[in-house]
Amino acid sequence: MSRYLLRRLLIAIPSLLGISIVLFTVLALAPGDPFEELATNPNVPAEVRMNLRAKFGLDDPVPVRYVRWLGAMAQGDWGFSFASRIDVDTLILQRLPVTLLVIGSSQLLALLIALPVGIYAATRPYSWFDQIANTLAFVGFSLPSFFTGILFILLFSITLDWLPFVYRADISATGWQWFWEHFKQTLMPVMVLGLFQGASYTRYVRSAVLDVIRLDYVTTARSKGLAERAVIIKHVVRTALIPVVTLVALQMPAIFGGAIVTEQIFRVPGIGSLLISAILANDTPVVMAVTFVLSCLVIFFNLVADLLYGWLDPRISYQ
Amino acid sequence: MDEQALRQLISDVEHKRLSRRDFIDKMVAVGVGAPLAAQMLTHAGVAHAQPRSDYKPTKRGGGGALKLLWWQGATLLNPHFAVGTKDQEGSRIFYEPLAGWDPEGNLVPMLAAEVPTAQNGGLSADGLSVTWKLKRDVRWHDGKPFTADDVVFNWEYAADPATAAVTIGSYSNCKVEKIDSHTVRVRFQKPTPFWADPFVGVRGLLIPKHLFEAYKGAKSREAPTNLKPVGTGPYKFVDFKPGDMVRGQINTDYHLANRPHFDTIEMKGGGDAVSAARAVLQTGEFDYAWNLQVEDEILKRLEAGGKGRTTVTPGGNIEFIAINFTDPWQEVEGERASLKTRHPLFSEAAVRQALNLLVDRGSIQEHIYGRTGLATANFLNNPERFRSKSTKWEFNVDKANQILDAAGWKRGADGIRAKDGKKMKVVFQTSINAPRQKCQAIVKQACQKAGIEMELKSITASVFFSSDVANPDTYTKFFCDLQMFTTTMTQPDPELFMDQFCSWQASTKENKWQGRNITRWRNDDYDKAFRAAENELDPVKRAALFIRMNELAIENHVVIPVAYRPRVAALGTKLRAPLSGWDNDMWNLRDWYREA
Repeated sequence: MSRYLLRRLLIAIPSLLGISIVLFTVLALAPGDPFEELATNPNVPAEVRMNLRAKFGLDDPVPVRYVRWLGAMAQGDWGFSFASRIDVDTLILQRLPVTLLVIGSSQLLALLIALPVGIYAATRPYSWFDQIANTLAFVGFSLPSFFTGILFILLFSITLDWLPFVYRADISATGWQWFWEHFKQTLMPVMVLGLFQGASYTRYVRSAVLDVIRLDYVTTARSKGLAERAVIIKHVVRTALIPVVTLVALQMPAIFGGAIVTEQIFRVPGIGSLLISAILANDTPVVMAVTFVLSCLVIFFNLVADLLYGWLDPRISYQ
Repeated sequence: MDEQALRQLISDVEHKRLSRRDFIDKMVAVGVGAPLAAQMLTHAGVAHAQPRSDYKPTKRGGGGALKLLWWQGATLLNPHFAVGTKDQEGSRIFYEPLAGWDPEGNLVPMLAAEVPTAQNGGLSADGLSVTWKLKRDVRWHDGKPFTADDVVFNWEYAADPATAAVTIGSYSNCKVEKIDSHTVRVRFQKPTPFWADPFVGVRGLLIPKHLFEAYKGAKSREAPTNLKPVGTGPYKFVDFKPGDMVRGQINTDYHLANRPHFDTIEMKGGGDAVSAARAVLQTGEFDYAWNLQVEDEILKRLEAGGKGRTTVTPGGNIEFIAINFTDPWQEVEGERASLKTRHPLFSEAAVRQALNLLVDRGSIQEHIYGRTGLATANFLNNPERFRSKSTKWEFNVDKANQILDAAGWKRGADGIRAKDGKKMKVVFQTSINAPRQKCQAIVKQACQKAGIEMELKSITASVFFSSDVANPDTYTKFFCDLQMFTTTMTQPDPELFMDQFCSWQASTKENKWQGRNITRWRNDDYDKAFRAAENELDPVKRAALFIRMNELAIENHVVIPVAYRPRVAALGTKLRAPLSGWDNDMWNLRDWYREA
């Protein structure tokens, strides 16, 4: 097991290097200039911009810049943002808690909906419940989050005036008041993300359970006289979960990406909105760092998925 | 309008035949900003208008929270690095300049005890120095006194090229010396008619010497105070998350009585302009929203919510079409649009004149911009009510056709005009932005009727407005026949704004397309007028020169102004916030209050 882990981690290094080269080159070749606003401002002499470019090393050839970036990165120096002149790691750490909170709760919500609904629908295929669940699931993952987001704002903030639609990370209230305000403002983004994910998970859970539920060993379990509940939970669901776990794990990085839109709509100060503003400002060090973190997440969650397989299904070995 | 006419108007003001307000409006209409207009009156000895303050609260604090919404969050809080408006406004919560600009172009003292004038000995007759008297008993937020040393330090800090301050332009041509603990003198290298630039307005915010002294020059990025401002302003720093939130609390030691009104302030960033307008006008979640570049129709619908109102603040932004005077389709010595070429169509004045008649500014205002973009014929700012009195604009396809016919451009079988084998085909580019694409379509339609074939091109804003030397599509290269964008007059004085038509500013390969003259129009009269204005100390003569320059650019159809774009903000119904088009929106934050 530990040898397997080590091997996987070693394999990850060249992949990350490759990814970083591609990212860096694409960003370096992409049009745009971090000092664009200086260029259009007549009060700022061109020399200031030239000076800044030289100071931040933007005039060097791309390979030189890459090696410099890699060297600094290896020592844990992520560079600093051109826009705010703050270290990139500070910037990301500032945004991380909010993103984790929103994405974590939305995933929890998605699974809380998907597992019971999917399993129940699969045990009674083509029943009324199944039909309705299916229809809602289709509707849920066909609607893009920017659409549901705006719909929610119109309904809950503007028409009903129940919830705020501007997310504020630091609320000055204390105690229960603080908790309540946070709950109110987190509700809409979490619902938008969670319902979308929950809808597609429901479909997966249902089909995974359907695949397993007709297998012989399930019939055996039933004929042993086990209660239906025990059959489903202990025998069916555990096996059926394997593809679902892969899906959830592989979806995680995509969810970070998908959250970008939602974060922008609700002004959630998370990683996604950081990425968007950095892209708009051509703030390459931040874009580089955030995209690199996202690619690390892909590799990491792949590994997590593989390790979970073994735990769920001991027949899978790590040799 | 020449010097004589200007003097007549000033004497009218002096003898109360013309109100001060009307005079300034007239000046603004002919392209002279309100600050220069006010300067003319001061110079002529017309009493300086006492800046009015409508501030009502009679005690400090008690106003609760002030919530401001920016659709782009502030990314840094050091005014000397503040690139965009968002950063300048974020810094303005905590820092103050010696003086700011009010909506009528008057200087309002902030950290200065009084505005320097010739009468109080602040201005030298030779235009080489200004003496500022500082307000006493002002303290930085950490309790240290504010003195002349701080002012001198700001000059040293910003003028040092190694600091890489964006404010360097305002400080590199002068020397600042301390006279006593509360007096400083700014010495200019040459006679400077517009002296109110260093330490004034947007680029004049002052940072404390004792916290930045160790971080002057190359180490400027490392100063911890860059992120935790300690200023003299009405609000003290609490917390800052770049791109997201700036928070402050009341400065109970503020140097002006009964101010500020609010107990806390927060400036939230991110999202988009429409939903920012919504949060103020429709749900009232926020008290103020910045720079609402939203179609007027939407704004009106949101205003019906009754929670807030939009305000339109006149400033100096013009949406215009630039005409290329060089040939972008021909390469000379490896350079497109080289100064050695002439544009095959637009070098002929008649063609430019016809084109000017084909821009339907009325429809553009009516159908696209509404209150947020007023039709204009002037390159410099031009409020609606003076539209007819200044250079006229006209939309007339028939007249354009006549002009082109007379100039010998005959329609071919395909309906496209041609002359000497040259077909009238032009490419018109702009950045991607919904109202701009609509404008392009309106212009194209009219041109078609006049036998001009127009190809429309739209470029992503991040490319169009970049200074990327390798990219052919930047607006400074202008490898195209026509292009449209907004130019901002970021300085109250027109000098820097008007240098964009000087021949030595032409944007070429040699200067890496950094030159400000993008149309590459060159005119001796214009150059001469500009040179004269640079050294002219009499504000009236100087204003006359600027008016002349504006007329030259318009008469020669170098640019076609499309719409004058005032700044639009949304305010909660009860919020009272004095905004000025010549300074930041928060220039007078200390006077903001909410009616009971």
